[in-house]
Parts: sequence; C-alpha cells; structure tokens
Amino acid sequence: MTAEPVSRSAALELSLADGPRTAETAAPGELRRDLRLIAEMIEPSSRVLDIGCGDGALLAYLARAKEIDARGIELSQSGVNACVGHGLSVIQGDADRDLEAYPNGAFDVVVLSRTLHATRQPKHVLETLVRIGRRAIVSFPNFGFWRVRLSLLWRGRMPISELLNQPWYDTPNIHLCTIRDFVVLCDEIGIEIERSITLDRHGRPFALDPRGSLANLLAEQGVFVLRGEAR
Amino acid sequence: MSILTAPRPSARSPDGFPGHRFLVDEPLRLDCGVDFGPFTIAYQTYGALNAERSNAVLVCHALTGDQYVADPHPITGSPGWWTSLVGPGGVVDSDRYYVICANVLGGCMGTTGPKDANPATGEPWALSFPVITVRDMVRAQKRLVEYLGIDTLFCVIGGSMGGMQVLQWVASYPEAVFAAVPIAAASRHSAQNIAFHEVGRQAIMADPDWCGGRYLSLGRKPARGLAVARMAAHITYLSEPALHRKFGRNLQDRNAVTYGFDADFQVDSYLRHPGSTFVDRFDANSYLYITRAMDYFDLAAEHGGALSAAFAGAQSRLCIISFTSDWLFPTSASRELVHAMNAVAANVSFVEIETDKGHDAFLLHEPELFATLRGFLAGCAEHRGLAR
Repeated sequence: MTAEPVSRSAALELSLADGPRTAETAAPGELRRDLRLIAEMIEPSSRVLDIGCGDGALLAYLARAKEIDARGIELSQSGVNACVGHGLSVIQGDADRDLEAYPNGAFDVVVLSRTLHATRQPKHVLETLVRIGRRAIVSFPNFGFWRVRLSLLWRGRMPISELLNQPWYDTPNIHLCTIRDFVVLCDEIGIEIERSITLDRHGRPFALDPRGSLANLLAEQGVFVLRGEAR
Repeated sequence: MSILTAPRPSARSPDGFPGHRFLVDEPLRLDCGVDFGPFTIAYQTYGALNAERSNAVLVCHALTGDQYVADPHPITGSPGWWTSLVGPGGVVDSDRYYVICANVLGGCMGTTGPKDANPATGEPWALSFPVITVRDMVRAQKRLVEYLGIDTLFCVIGGSMGGMQVLQWVASYPEAVFAAVPIAAASRHSAQNIAFHEVGRQAIMADPDWCGGRYLSLGRKPARGLAVARMAAHITYLSEPALHRKFGRNLQDRNAVTYGFDADFQVDSYLRHPGSTFVDRFDANSYLYITRAMDYFDLAAEHGGALSAAFAGAQSRLCIISFTSDWLFPTSASRELVHAMNAVAANVSFVEIETDKGHDAFLLHEPELFATLRGFLAGCAEHRGLAR
C-alpha cells in the first residue's frame, strides 16, 4: 500500500470492473493469474457464461485451450466490440439487468470475476448466478485484507490498492465486502460454497480456511465455487 | 420452378433492369390466405458458390432498398447501397462468400409487385395485389435459395426491414441459417413506427394523381405524395444531433428568411432533394405494400405472444447490432431480442454502436460496425470450416 496520495498512474492501472482486463503479473498474451485459476476449474466442453468478460481474455483462452464455445456479458462498449470483433459471443449488458432472461441451469459454469462489488444488487446477482448456472465461480477483492484495513486505520483514507485502484468518488465499486461478509451472505441465502481459494497479493493461492480470521486478514482476493443448495 | 432468363449478371430482363430472374412456378401460400404465383424474383449475386455450397450470404434489403447491393442503380446510377460493406476484399468479402440479394416480394425492381401486370387482366395489379408480410418475403427468398441449391446459408444479414427478414429467417428456417446479423431491427414494428408509415401512405393516397392506386393504367404518377412520404420517413432515419450538426438553422443561399414558403433553410432543401430523386426509382403502390408488411411484423404474436418461442429452435450464431442515436429501432428493441434469445440460450452477441447518425447508420461508413462485422463473420467462418 502506498503512503503517497493517489497518483494518476495508480488510477490508470488495472481497472477493476468496467475496463478491459489487462495482464496483472502476466505477460502479454498470457492469462491473468486469477483467470487462469478459474479456467483450470472449468471442465472441457462445459457451457460457460463469463459475466464482466472485459476484453474476452478468459473466453478466448477457454476457446483455445479447452474448445469451449463460451458466452460473455460485458458492460463497456469497447470491451464488447473487441470481443465480438475477435469472434467471441458476447452481449453488451450488465449483471444487474441482463441475467434475468436466462433459464434455470442454462450454463454449467457462470463466472463473475471481480465484478460482484460493482453490481447494484449483489445479493440478487449471487442468487441469479446459482440459478442460471449449475455452478458459479465468483472472485472479488477482499476488503478485509490487512493493507486495506491499515489504510483506513492509519491514514483515515479510503484504500487505494492494486485491485482497488480508483478514488472513492470515481469508482464503480459500490458494494465492497470482506471474505467473511461474503461467506456470511452465502450462508444466509442458502448458497453452498463448494470450494474456495484465497490469493495473496501476488495472485498466488494459499491454503486458508475462508471462514477463518486469517484468510480474511491475509488474502487480497478470494475465488469461490458456489452452487445453489435447494435445487 | 424454372429460370426465366439466363443467370448472367449482364442479362437484361423484360423489365429492362439488369440481373438474374427466377420464375417461381408453384404458388406461394401468403399470410393473407392467397395462393400467389407464378411470380418472378429479381436478384443479384456476387462471388462464387463453393463446392460444399456452404459460403452463401443472403443480404436482405430495407424498405426502399433493392437487389443492387454493390452494383450501380439502373435508374439513378448511384453506387450500390451497401458497396461500403459488400465486394471483393470487403467486410462481406465476395472473394470468399457467395453473396445473394433479392428484391423483396411486392417490390418494384424486378420482383413481382403491384406495378406488374396481373396475368388475369393484363392491367397492373395496383391495389388488387395481395397484401404481403415480411414472412411472405422470406418464404419467397427461401424458394430462391433452394433453387440455387443451398441448404444452409452461411449468413443472413440486413438492416431495418432487412433485419426483420433476418429474424424471420431464424424463426422460420432455423436449420437453414448458420449465422444471422439483424442490424437496427426489432421483433415488431412499434406504434410510433406504424404511425409514421401511415403518414407516408396518407400522403400518397391524398395525391390526386394516385387515382385509387390505378395511376399506371391512367398514365399518371403520384410523385408529390410519394416525395412527401419519403421526406417524412427520411426524418425518422436521422437523429436530431445529426440534423443539427449538418444544417442547424442555416439558411439556403440567402442571408435572411424570405417570409415565404421557399426552401429558406438548408434542411428544407436537403429533404426536398431525396424526395425528388426517390420518385424516379420507386413505385408508390410498392411503398404502400412494403410499409404495410413492416407494420404487420410481430414475431412474438406469430408465436403465441412469447418472443422467446420464436427463437426456441434457433441454431444460428446471432449478432444483434443497434445504434445509440437510432430512435426508430432503438437499442431497447434490440435488447428485447437479446433477452428473448437468452431465454432459450441461443448463441447471441449484441453490440451497440456509438454514433449520432440515427437509424441510417447501418448504411453509412461506421468503422465500429465494420470491425464488429468483420470479426463476427471471421469467427463464424472458422466454426463453419470455411477456407480463408
């Protein structure tokens, strides 16, 4: 965490939810580390929907590596045009507005990567994910990460980090949560956490129980595999 | 079914317009209940059909369009209406695809329409021509495609009424369409759109030269009515910002208003021009019939009120495209289509193009549109196994 005031370059770095996904600790043409992790969880020839698919990096990877003809939803026009221009099946839309029409179990896997906190109704979105997908893979930055906590505690300022890189007045991230918050919500609405992976600030997974305090303190982001309980 | 004239692009048919003719012998059952036929379909082709017959692209034209996608118009001499898109090396590459475009049923450029002679009377059909629908147009196109020996079209593409035909193809013949691109289209004509069409039709019918539709037999032409219809429609194809950008309130060749009814404003003069050239190339009764066909278009109604049912069997890869400033076929109408297709888990892409050019944007040089189409077609060609 930087002690400097918000710099322009920080704001121009990786956009969290509405910009195209760029390579974070990944060389050009290589898949971002958390997306690679998600891709590894997806079986070949699954029906996949990637919500907030950015420039289509995951879709393109799934098509190339697993021969999956995946679909995407992306909010930004530039992202959608780039995807469709590369032969990917993507619609312009967002998680709040454009998921309702899908029938139950329309997909084997629905991916919502670093987008949940930018939705208007995250609870409803989560419920919809496990309705339209047999499984949902959700990743999000952990607001309980120690650097985030320290920023608020020490500086008394809204945290700016690599994952949360926009100032409070200019961020699409309106529903930030901690890993513990997320786990509690899943329990409340009857969503089963089938698998969870916590990632350190380099995007490397470590084996921490997502329900424990340590994960909530040390993980910069979490990746969760969810399914609806009452099916 | 047989060929009326030799299928050479240079061949001239009896109506004097260049291009191919296909005579549909077996009557077509129309939505209005009439068995119509035999009748003629006038069409153009570009490129060559491959050995597998898998590279055919059907282009569907809009209300006042015709089959001359990439050829000079035989009456006005203007370049083809989609030369920006269709041709050798183009986005719809005629070096790679076999491109077909047919004049719609009820049209006036060679396909049988109200200006042609009713074989029973020898007189022009005029208002005795049966009322046709977009589905009838597509049924006729299906006959043509079968005649050309094509089981599955690689792609069906079109804007506005052309987009309606694309949607109808997907709904009626899902197995015959590999990819489909409805641009600036909707699942139905809105009340507002029907209202604008009615203004146009009333303008034509109010012209004393229309003569209850019998103007051709009487050697007259409702040119003023047709021009006004075109002017009214033309406004709906543009956007307020585009009109303002082009003309504002600028005066035409004068420094002050004349306190009269000349074309004081540049926008007056601009509207009068397309109105006047349009009447040279278009038949007023065709305008009545084709606008009516658009008004009747309602895919959901055709499927028990559920739009998604229209796409239940859709196997095509779909790419829906809308334009931000199009208020005639707005993005919300395209999004409704997307949701209906999502409901049946169809393979659909949806792109909204940012432009101030209104509904007409689909005919104009829009780099984002071209880039999207190029990529979509390339992706589809790969899935279809078409060689580069």
